[in-house]
Amino acid sequence: MADILAVLYARILRVDPADPQAASRDRFVLSKGHAAAIMYATLAECGFFSPAELDTYCRDGSIFTGHISHAVPGIEVSTGSLGHGLPIAIGMALAARMEGAGSRVFCLLSDGECDEGSNWEGILFAPHHKLGNLCVIVDFNKIQSFGSVAEVLNLDPFAEKWKAFGWQVEEIDGHDLIALERALSGVPAASGWPTVVIAHTVKGKGVSFMENNLEWHYRSPSDELLAQALTEIGA
Amino acid sequence: MRTTFIESLSQAASENPDIWLLCGDLGYSVLEPFAAKFPDRYVNVGVAEQNMAGVAAGIALSGKTVFIYSIGNFPTLRCLEQLRNDVCYHGADVKVVAVGAGYAYGSQGYTHHALEDAGIMSMLPGMEVFVPCDPMEVRAATRLIATSGKPSYLRLSRAGEPNLATIATDLRKPRILREGREIVILACGPIASRALEAAGELAGRGRDVGVVSVSCLKPLDEMAIRGVVRDASLIVTLEEHILRAGLFSLVAGAFAGDAVRPPITGIGIPEQGGKTSLAGSRDALLDAAGLSAQAIVARIEQSLARR
Ligand SMILES: Cc1ncc(C[n+]2csc(CCOP(=O)(O)OP(=O)(O)O)c2C)c(N)n1
Ligand SMILES: [Mg+2]
Repeated sequence: MADILAVLYARILRVDPADPQAASRDRFVLSKGHAAAIMYATLAECGFFSPAELDTYCRDGSIFTGHISHAVPGIEVSTGSLGHGLPIAIGMALAARMEGAGSRVFCLLSDGECDEGSNWEGILFAPHHKLGNLCVIVDFNKIQSFGSVAEVLNLDPFAEKWKAFGWQVEEIDGHDLIALERALSGVPAASGWPTVVIAHTVKGKGVSFMENNLEWHYRSPSDELLAQALTEIGA
Repeated sequence: MRTTFIESLSQAASENPDIWLLCGDLGYSVLEPFAAKFPDRYVNVGVAEQNMAGVAAGIALSGKTVFIYSIGNFPTLRCLEQLRNDVCYHGADVKVVAVGAGYAYGSQGYTHHALEDAGIMSMLPGMEVFVPCDPMEVRAATRLIATSGKPSYLRLSRAGEPNLATIATDLRKPRILREGREIVILACGPIASRALEAAGELAGRGRDVGVVSVSCLKPLDEMAIRGVVRDASLIVTLEEHILRAGLFSLVAGAFAGDAVRPPITGIGIPEQGGKTSLAGSRDALLDAAGLSAQAIVARIEQSLARR
């Protein structure tokens, strides 16, 4: 997911850290609100606030809660209960179309979250209203909270489902920065349909002991493991 | 509390082949023993609480007893109408089990704070509501609801809560954690430990303070509660929940018609309306909400002064 945010914030989103509430901005809704650490780090990197503030993450009295909070500059909406982000993003896309300022709305979903019926209500709704200014990205890492997606609730054939609902579908390697930029640059799609970018990813990418390991959905690394992880990703 | 729950449930399931467990893609390092022992009666339904509640109703209406398990607001608020119509209206034998009561998920933030759940569940017609304060009560509550045949809500905190008294009583009755008559604190959930602290402090100031765990919020045993507050000149309720529709509302409602009764001071989490949540451990958030032992003592002293 870090790769997806890197491309979004470096190359795609028209957002301004100096004016985070500008009416004509693009909107980004992170629906998988548990990925707060990556989100906050990205916003700090972009200058929405000082990276030093990240040290208060989850500490008593901090605005940086463990699920993303709209108290943090640059965060549009608080999420954490899965399946809420897409309907909100759809509402923003409807309003943006009415405003006519050319804002686009990007919404990042997890694969586990695609179990929620609320998402499928939105997936039905967006093409019906021809929301070409809406782009969903699915972090398709094949793992959810208590097992693999294949074991818990299979999504396949996933791209076909979106196509059948009327979406413009791009299926890419979610760690390929060039492919991400190409797919996300296509919004709004010439076809006028909403776009979904199904990003095939590896959970914990780049850190040998974290990759595809459910345990690390829950654990925080010790100082030693953190150092090892940073070395492995070349930070 | 989570592990006590799953141990007790596994015990009940080995005695009763009709007990099922559904989870909403949650329970890592908690539910595995049940899943391993009863693979045919365990389903991870995915991150899909509305479907989970409806499916549970269907299994229950086919003669089974179905437990559904997730975090605080997810198996309650997210699927509220399924619980109202499919479970309660049909009297389906479904047990809603939520972990993370109140501020148990502290720093995780607003979405993971369960502050209205017990009240909302208690409003559902036919739903029984249990808020145990310690592992001993969790064990008794799990056993009770496993055989009650009624829609039930079991509100659990998380892990590491100590037992607050050595004896258990009938779970439907108030359980005395500390003897005392002049002031009686009725508490539900692990916040009762703070009532005990406050009572100790007040005792040091010469007050006679009792602490009672009311783990069965619904049906509230009004007769038994009248018994424990018989000699009280002040009743205090304490809950890790907003005051609306929870323990305070239920107790105040029970006494509302009495011509003569002691004043009732409700202590709970203030409603947040529009303010954003800050991070914090459960302890820090409780303190910030005015639920430190010292703040509880101060509230009680104020109420005594006003009497
Ligand atoms: C409505 C709701 N149900 C359950 C949860 C608990 N939960 C947190 S993360 C998660 C799933 C994690 O897997 P996935 O959604 O695929 O996220 P990712 O792999 O991208 O981290 C679950 C079930 C939740 N946050 N919201
Ligand atoms: Mg996933």
